[in-house]
This record gives sequence, structure tokens and C-alpha cells, in this order.
Amino acid sequence: MNDTIVAISTALGIGAISIIRVSGDDAIKKVNSIFIGKNLEKVASHTINYGHISENEKIIDEVLISVMHAPKTFTRENIVEINCHGGIATTNKILEMLLNIGCRLAEPGEFAKRAFLNGRIDLIEAEGIMDLINSKTEQSRELAINQVGGKVSNLIKTLRQKILEVIANIEVNIDYPEYEDIEELTIKDLEKKMKNIKKQITKILEESENGKIIKEGIKTVIIGKPNVGKSSILNKLIDEDKAIVTDIPGTTRDIVEGTLNIGGLLLNIIDTAGIRKTEDVVESIGVKKSLELTDKSDLVLYVLNNNEEITKEDLEIISKLKYKNHIIIINKIDLDKKIEEKYLTDSNIVYMSTKDNLGFEELKNCIKEMYNLEKIITQDLTYLTNARSISILKNIVKIIEDIEKGIVNSEYIDMLEIDLKNIWQQLGEIIGETYEDELIEQLFKQFCLGK
Amino acid sequence: MKYEIIVVGGGHAGCEAALASARKKHKTLLITSNINNIADMACNPSIGGSAKGVVVREIDALGGEMGKIADKSQIQIKKLNSKKGPAVQSLRAQIDKIVYPKEMIKVLKNQKNLDILEGMVEDLIIEEQKIKGVILKDESIILGEIVILTTGTYLKSDILIGDTRTRKGPHNEEPSLYLSDNLKKLGFQIIRLKTGTPPRIDKNSINFSKTKIETGDKIPLRFNHDINYDYDIEKQEPCYLTYTNKKLHQIINDNLTKSSMYGGLADVTSVGPRYCPSIEDKVVRFSDKDRHQIFLEPESRYYDDIYMQGLSTSMPYDIQEQLVRSIEGLENAKILKYAYAIEYDAINPTQIKQSLETKIIKNLYTAGQINGTSGYEEAACQGLIAGINASFKLEGKEPLILKRNEAYIGVLIDDLVTKGVIDPYRLLTSRAEYRLLLRHDNADIRLRQKGYDAGLINEEQYSKFKAKTKNIEQLEKLLKISKLNPTNEINDYLKSINSALIKDGITMYDILKRPEITISKLRQFIDIPFEQEIIEQVEINIKYEGYINKAQKEAEKMIKLEAKKIPENIDYEKIHNLASEAVQKLKQIRPTSLGQALRISGVNPSDISILMIYLKKGDKND
Repeated sequence: MNDTIVAISTALGIGAISIIRVSGDDAIKKVNSIFIGKNLEKVASHTINYGHISENEKIIDEVLISVMHAPKTFTRENIVEINCHGGIATTNKILEMLLNIGCRLAEPGEFAKRAFLNGRIDLIEAEGIMDLINSKTEQSRELAINQVGGKVSNLIKTLRQKILEVIANIEVNIDYPEYEDIEELTIKDLEKKMKNIKKQITKILEESENGKIIKEGIKTVIIGKPNVGKSSILNKLIDEDKAIVTDIPGTTRDIVEGTLNIGGLLLNIIDTAGIRKTEDVVESIGVKKSLELTDKSDLVLYVLNNNEEITKEDLEIISKLKYKNHIIIINKIDLDKKIEEKYLTDSNIVYMSTKDNLGFEELKNCIKEMYNLEKIITQDLTYLTNARSISILKNIVKIIEDIEKGIVNSEYIDMLEIDLKNIWQQLGEIIGETYEDELIEQLFKQFCLGK
Repeated sequence: MKYEIIVVGGGHAGCEAALASARKKHKTLLITSNINNIADMACNPSIGGSAKGVVVREIDALGGEMGKIADKSQIQIKKLNSKKGPAVQSLRAQIDKIVYPKEMIKVLKNQKNLDILEGMVEDLIIEEQKIKGVILKDESIILGEIVILTTGTYLKSDILIGDTRTRKGPHNEEPSLYLSDNLKKLGFQIIRLKTGTPPRIDKNSINFSKTKIETGDKIPLRFNHDINYDYDIEKQEPCYLTYTNKKLHQIINDNLTKSSMYGGLADVTSVGPRYCPSIEDKVVRFSDKDRHQIFLEPESRYYDDIYMQGLSTSMPYDIQEQLVRSIEGLENAKILKYAYAIEYDAINPTQIKQSLETKIIKNLYTAGQINGTSGYEEAACQGLIAGINASFKLEGKEPLILKRNEAYIGVLIDDLVTKGVIDPYRLLTSRAEYRLLLRHDNADIRLRQKGYDAGLINEEQYSKFKAKTKNIEQLEKLLKISKLNPTNEINDYLKSINSALIKDGITMYDILKRPEITISKLRQFIDIPFEQEIIEQVEINIKYEGYINKAQKEAEKMIKLEAKKIPENIDYEKIHNLASEAVQKLKQIRPTSLGQALRISGVNPSDISILMIYLKKGDKND
């Protein structure tokens, strides 16, 4: 028997109604014990019931309670959802009451975990839900929903089926070497098929890169010489959007100085450079170190002073930025122009004046354009968003390269099949599918065999 | 009468079981319903084939008999997949159906500690869930400490032809009428399986000029590891290839309901083998194909029957005549034996352990078709393992359980006891995950030691094997220390065989990884005093080192899970979160390790994680 878990499933402080979700064998019984209204243990499944939560005969809140019996629920356990109307304090109070009567506070994602363990959803869907829980913007929520819907699972399943067909063909050639009506899969066929599969996987990976940007945001660093106005730009950017200005640990160990939402795209400005603490980045830490900082980021904002000439150090760094997403901000356009842009032909340039509040819109547009934001958002969303799946796919690309190498070295096709089986298995790992004699089934479905 | 081990059934499983047990010096009795039918080849006249050929090698490496007798009685032999990699090559021999049983009976009769008795076993004597002996049809009792059932297709078998059903075994032999009911009473789940055999036609009535000849290989080939039986390569019997055609397909479609399987008999519920469909199945399921291959294979040098591989059917006689005569070259063919389908009882193999002892009755073992398999080779290898393990049981030793990375035999038995069967089980290379490790050429390297430990390999065979492994090591060492230097002579040679030139010194071991370089080509630069067998083995090891290592790595993952044992008394009901389907399957099969549990269909990786966590908790509590 599973213990009963409880959690507030809406974001605290947002919206008038918050929902407390309870799941477990005793969920209905437990909620019923603090509820005044119909006997929840007797109401039909999938009904909403009006009543009150009370403690020591004192009404705590007026609520609507959804009762859902196992197994037709998200976790496949009994689930009760309490719609509370009383704001944060009351919601917390009800949660506390439930904890007092033996419910356990759910760990993040534990509902999804149970759904997965009870066979309600597959691994990809479970991971998609975890992402949904963590999603910060509308786009990343959509992306997460898409994954829950099984779109990626389907894509992986299709690829897996294609590999299986190739394997079955090779196998049948081995097991029935004298059957003429079964075509021999040649190295050339294999080469063609692998090329095609590689192309598709590479595409998923590329799209997943976009997906990752939608989900995790763009890691951005602001660097430049002292007194070019880095911290003013940072402060303006953040203040303007009233973004969450706290030291939220990011996905890396970097400190996110601030997060800024540009049309649904998260810009995580990372304080690797310690902009606030030391103004003298380039001079104090040197060119080499500055470049190292840029390595960790997705986007570099390099700030120059309109009123100064470009230095040798500036140019050195800018030339190295060529291969990265970067934008050069020429700040202080309210002052006399001394800068010469002829060295900056390879870069996007945004002119800015923090003093006169100029250039911020241009910067945002420039970023949107750079990441092709419109395209990402309107595009059909079929990405893998979790690191595990992505790393498996990357590994599969490597295995395909091994096969290609084997083809060049004219290895036997039944040797190369070892790698094919590995790919098939790893694709199975992404969707958490097990080995169930699929190959044997395929063999007999696809070919006419027999003595 | 009292024996240590009683083997019931004289087919391919029974022969190997009885021989293994008697050779291990246990007083053994082989009971067969007809002595003249011992080691009978009831269906196709061949031994070996893809995967199956490797099994014969494995049987031979372990000290079984099949390989030796196949070599003695073959009338044609070839290596399949010779244009593919070494991992998928295997031998197939056409066997003289007269010679094979004759040779086997000779061996059995000359075997010390082995008696043969003609009789029909109809019941078992059980006390406290332990076998004590068998009861024959004439009500005589024979006591034995261990009984091995190798009853083949003889349990309540029915011959199906058209709309007729006759309770008979192959060749109209008497079937065992009550044994399967008695097994059912003991708690065995009885399943009904089906297989079939094609017509045999008179060699003299075939116009071979309209067919394509298929000959044996022109190099000597053998299953056996020890003795080089001589045969005349030029005097092998050919097979012939012909085809079905639209006319034949039309006859099938017009008469489909006359086939036992398509309505001729209303009560057919048994499941036939997917890998061996009848011609009706082929025509119906693959209607887009205009023709199917028919191989004409001689059954013996001593009589004229030609086996029609590919034309298994349960059509009535008159339709069979039409079918056969519609084939090119067979317009005047005379059918000597008609095709039939046969239905028989088997037990659900998930009720037996990896050792082939049944889970329900102690000291009762089963092997061969009774376990749901099909094929001479599949039967023989189970018989051998059952014979070895029955002996080990008497000797108080742990059973011999071959892992999936050690032998096809291990794959076969693990599949049977873990997954059960729906249709008769045939070995396929695709069933083996670590095929590259389970090769024809290294069967002795994999298994001879185990055969020796089991007492079925004699000292002479063993020392020969030890010398072989030592020679392999030495040759590998030699190639690792011998260098080719970038001299003009060597580069000129490399150029002449279209191989890349070398700039620095390279060991012979490394240059052998090039596909165009072989050890025999290196012989002009260095003396290599080793036999061809050693050279072949070393070449495979070097050339496919990368792939072999990959397979080994995969196998190690499996072994790790295999090492995580599940206690016998585990209560799956008590484990939270296990899916109910998984609980049910785990309770039924009772896997001995996590590795085996993962292979049960219906048990998912998430169930395995939960099991693993549960078992870890248990460790802490202990």
C-alpha cells in the first residue's frame, strides 16, 4: 500500500484559487475526516463536491472537492483535489491539517513518479511532466505539454521501428540464408538507411537545442572594460522587467544575477564576471579570463564606450567572439562619438544610452532575431528537453558514426548489426520500453519463412 | 527393478540424456515404446543450420553424441553464411535417416551402465512431491531416483490430415494416452502444440532436369572436435530446388477449407510453429508472393524417399497429389508418404527450472519437445543438460547452468523457463544477444572445460584442448612482439596487395586488423609454426577484437544483473509499487536473479528498479 502524499499544486500567490492535491489509498478517507458536507467516501468517482474544511468545529475555508477513484486517475491511485478559496494563508493551513493527520508532503514530481511507477505514463511523459512543473514561461509550458502528449515518444518509436526493420532484415538473412524471396540487405542499403536515421536524430537534437533554450533560457554574460556601463545596463534590464531578482542557482553552478523575459524567451544574466563586485573585469582579470567567461555562456553582450576609442584588448576579445552568439553594445551614445565601427563588421551592434534610456528595445529585438524566436515558438514542437534523453541521442549519433566507419572498412554486416542493436536498445531506454521479443515478432511478421 | 536414472523416450533428447547419465557411471534405463524407432528423424533429413549447427558443436564440446553421429551419417554438408562474418557461420548436413539411428543405437547398446527397455510409460510414482519411479502400460513398476521425461510428440498425439483426426504418433506409432493427464493431475499446465511434415516423393518419379541442383561444399567440414571422419567430398548427395507457382496457389485457395487447419477440422486449437508454416499459411498470409521455394532433399542412400522441404500441409490426400504434381519437375511425381500435421501435449516450460528439473516434482526432469521446443538439435542439447544435471543431483553437485553469453544452449533454456512458449520454440541466431561470442569456431573454447568438469570429456580430449588454448595464447603473443618495419620490401608488398604503406614500425597483431591482411600473408616475413585451426581462431580474435569487446561489455551488464540473486522465498505481494501484471508474472516464473526477471515479458525496467530497491533494503535488514 502506498502512503498518502499531499502538495499544493498551484503556484502560491498567483490566482484566486489554489488547489491541494492528495494521492494515495487513504486520500479520500483522510480528506473526508476534515470535511463538512457529503460523505466523500460514498460519493461517486469523478465528482465535484461542495462543502467546508473545518478544524475543531471551526470553518477554515469554503471549498470544492474533486473525488477520483483509482485507477482512472493521474497516479492510478485515489486522488482528491481541494479547491481552496481563502488565499495563501488558508491554503497553507489546510495543508498543515492534512500533514497533521498523516499525509506526507510530496517530493517535487512525486505525483508524476507514481504515475510512472503505476504504469500510467511512460518515462518521456514523466520527464515532460517534471519539466512542466518547473516551467517558467508559457512557451516552456507548451513544450512540456507537447512532450506529455507523447509526441516525442512517437517520434522515437518510429525511429526505433525503422532500426528494428533493418535488424530483422539482417537477422532473417542469417537465419534463412537460402531463402531467395527475402532480399539480402546490402551494405549500400544499410548506408542509405543510416544516413537517413542520422539526419532525423540530428534534427531532433538541433530542435532540442532550441527546446532547451525555451526551457532553460539563454545564459548571458555582460563583459567589457571598466566604466563602459555594464552594471547600469544590467540594472536597467532587470529593473525594467521587474524580473525575479534573487540569487537563484541556475542549472550550472553560476549565480543568475537576474532573469529577464523577452517575449517568452528567458534571458538568464549570469554573474560569472562578478560585474557588480568588480568593475574592472577586463583589466583585473585579463583577456584570457574574460574569454573563459564567455565559454560558459550562450550569449555574450560585449559593452563598448561610444566616447572612447577601441583598444587592442577589445579587438582581441571581439575577434574571438566571432564564433559565438554575441552582441556589441555601444553605450553612452549621449556622449561624443569617438569609436570607429570599421573593426566591428562581423558583429551585431546595438547603440544604447542607459542615461537617456535608449536602445533597450533594439537590444531585445536583436536577441529575438538572433534566436529566431518567432520561428521557435510557432514551430511544431517536437523536442527532447531533458539532459538524459539528449545525451543518449548524442551517443547514438556517435554509434552511427561507428557504423559508417565500419562500412568504409568493409566490415561484415552482421558485425555492424551489434551497433544497430545497441541503437535500438538505447532508443528504448529513452522511452523506457523493455525488450519483449519484439525482434522475433518482427521477423515473422515481415517475412515469409519456413521449411 | 531399480535404477538411478530412468529416461522416458528414445528420441534425440532421450539418447543424449541416457548417454550422459550412463557415462557419468549412473545406472541408467532408457525406456522407449519401440526400440527400432530410437533416434528416429521423423521430419527433415538434416542436422544443423543457422544457430542449430552451433548447438551441435556445443553438444559436442560438452561431450554429447549428436555431432559425432551426424558426421558419420551425413551425405552432404555445407557451411551456411560463409560470405558473412564468423559469428553467423554454421554447418548444415543432410543426414542419412537409416544410418543416423543405426549408429546411435550402436553407441547406446555398447554403453556401460545403460539398459534399454521397450515399453510405454503411462504414470509416475510420486511420494511427497518427489519422483520414485514410473508405471508402464502393462502395469509393471520400475523404480528410479531420477526420471527424465523426453516424450517428444507422443503425448496424446493426433495426426491431422484433411478432415481426419487419428490418435497416433509419427509413423503411426502408438502414442502415450495417459501420461499427460497424469502430469496435469500433478499440477503441470498442459499446452497443446502442433507441427507438421511435408510429403515424401519417389526419387525415380522426379524430372530433376527442371530443377536446380544444390551441392555440398567442396572442403571437408565436421561437427565433431576430436575425430576427423573421412568422407568423399566428390560423392555427396545433392539436393534440388524447385518452386511453387500460381497454379499451386490456386489449388490451395480453392480447397482451403479442406485443410485441417482451415476448417477441415473444427476443433483445432493448437498453435503451430511460426517459423515452420504450412504451405496453406504461406499462400494465405503472403498472398503477394507468386512462388515459394521447395527444396527436394534425399532422406537416405538406402531408399528413394525425397523430402519436400517447404510443402508442409494438412490437406487431404487427393489435394496433396494435385499440389505436388502442379510443381515443375514433379508432374509425374509419386507420393510415398503423405504430409500431415501433428498435435501433441507439452508442459508449460515456465514450470521447470534452469537445470531442467521441474519446479513441482523433485528429481523429475524434462527435455525436448515436451518442453515446447522443436528440432532435433534443440531436443538433443536439452537431453544432454538434463542428463548432466540429473547426475549432478545424485552426486550432490550444483547444476550446470549455461549463461546466455556462454552458449546457445543457455539462450534456449533461459528463454524456455523465463518466457514460456506460445508456438514450438526454434533456436534462431536472433534470439542470442551475444551472438558474436557464441560462434561455431569457439564452441570448444567456451564449453570443453565444462564438459571435462562434468566428466564427459576424457583426458586425451582434454589435453588436446588445453594444447589448443595454449597455442592460441602463444600465437597471439608472437604476433604482438613481431614487428613489421617500413622497409622497401614490406612496403612494396603492401602496395602489391592494395594495402596502405607503413611509415613506422607496426606489430603484426595491429596490421592484422586490416581486412586485406591475413596471417597466411604474413608467413613470408616470419615463421608461424601453428596449425590452421589455431590461426583461424587468432585471426578472428584480432580482426573482430573491437566488436567482440563490445559484445563482451554488453554481456557483462547482463552478468551483473544475473549476479543479483532473488531469494527463493520472496513475497512479491509485499513489494509496494510493483505493477500487478509484474507481480503475477514474477510469482509464476519465480526468477532466480534480477537478470532473469528483466527478461520476463510483462516485467518492465521500472519494476526491476523497484525490485532492486526492495532487495537492497532487505540486505540492510539482515
